[in-house]
Amino acid sequence: MAALVAPQTPADAQGTAADIARLLAELDRELVGLAPVKRRIAEIAALLAVDRARAEHGLAGALPGLHMCFTGNPGTGKTTVAMKMAGILHRLGYSRKGHLVAVTRDDLVGQYIGHTAPKTKEVLKRAMGGVLFIDEAYYLYRPENERDYGQEAIEILLQVMENQREDLVVILAGYKDRMDRFFECNPGFSSRIAHHVDFPDYTREELMRIAAIMLERMGYRFNEGARAAFERYLERRMARPHFANARSVRNALDRARLRHASRVFERLGEADRDALTTIVADDILASRVFGEPAGTADA
Amino acid sequence: MRVTQGAFSFLPDLTDAQIRAQVEYCLAQGWAVSVEHTDDIHPRNTYWEMFGMPMFDLRDAAGVMQEIDACRKTFPDRYVRVNAFDSTRGWETVRLSFIVNRPAEEPGFRLRRTEAEGRVQRYSIEPYATRAPEGQRYR
Repeated sequence: MAALVAPQTPADAQGTAADIARLLAELDRELVGLAPVKRRIAEIAALLAVDRARAEHGLAGALPGLHMCFTGNPGTGKTTVAMKMAGILHRLGYSRKGHLVAVTRDDLVGQYIGHTAPKTKEVLKRAMGGVLFIDEAYYLYRPENERDYGQEAIEILLQVMENQREDLVVILAGYKDRMDRFFECNPGFSSRIAHHVDFPDYTREELMRIAAIMLERMGYRFNEGARAAFERYLERRMARPHFANARSVRNALDRARLRHASRVFERLGEADRDALTTIVADDILASRVFGEPAGTADA
Repeated sequence: MRVTQGAFSFLPDLTDAQIRAQVEYCLAQGWAVSVEHTDDIHPRNTYWEMFGMPMFDLRDAAGVMQEIDACRKTFPDRYVRVNAFDSTRGWETVRLSFIVNRPAEEPGFRLRRTEAEGRVQRYSIEPYATRAPEGQRYR
């Protein structure tokens, strides 16, 4: 049996300036663009480090609230950043365990009377010591149905967000306009969230860098022609409706892989390593985006 | 008479920090922690009332501490214990169980002797508290 009081494990990161610099550099490498997001993370890191230094001098300060709300267009990396956030807060020594519990409305709201509160509380208990990530949080509130149980979940959430800040960080994410409407209907929510971070759309150069990273992870590469073609593809695709930033890039790459596969499959016997990994211009140019002058199909 | 059931019961009552450390240990082993309460402290009363569901997939003791506090608040004059269940194949049993709340007054047990056939005597014990109906004990 363990000793009655196990020694507290020291926080991995002591929050020294060097540690934080390393963390931010790592973020910079892994996330393309997203300047406002990185700036906010740098600020939070600085605040936590300063708070710790103040505590050493006996300057008391309440724990800063770190609940966040990520808004932005589809595919701007809200979920990706939220996933990273848990690890970041753990390394900064704010969050004790640094795990992430990702939920949506289904996980919080019950189906009948009296079902919601235990369900929400169970999720909250699981998330304690880490980060609770609520994707598309606006679905929690359904103004058209006044007997919707979502309201009950919201009230429990608010209470825990207020009273147990040291145990739990809540991150909401969703599209900007719908989140704004959600906060209008639940002003208490908005004021309990210290950090509202807006994710900007990516520029074409950033999308090209994202494509390069994705390709590398999938074990492919563009040749020169393909890179130029993809740049032209992005130009056209960005002007069309339903453009979903990085997600559209991933879909486009997936479709290019399909075309690449069917092209290589015809001569599979003589395909060498180069042929198996190289995407050529034709794989990109076959896209419907280049065919139609203006359409709605997500080519 | 101090009831000594479960782990640590011969020690002074655990502080909240000690309870939290124990729960952290249980969670680190991957055990599911649950909270139970009773006002019938007979040693053969193995199954106490559950206070909520056993808590699965927890990573931090804060959730358990919250349940313990809620249970103490609801039943300040009952025994409350924390169980840690190990679901590993081959174990599938409670690995650690300890009392985290007890009534202010513990009247102890009465030893009852019953005459049986011949000169045989049968012994049984009975908590004095259980003479009062359920829910009215330890007042």
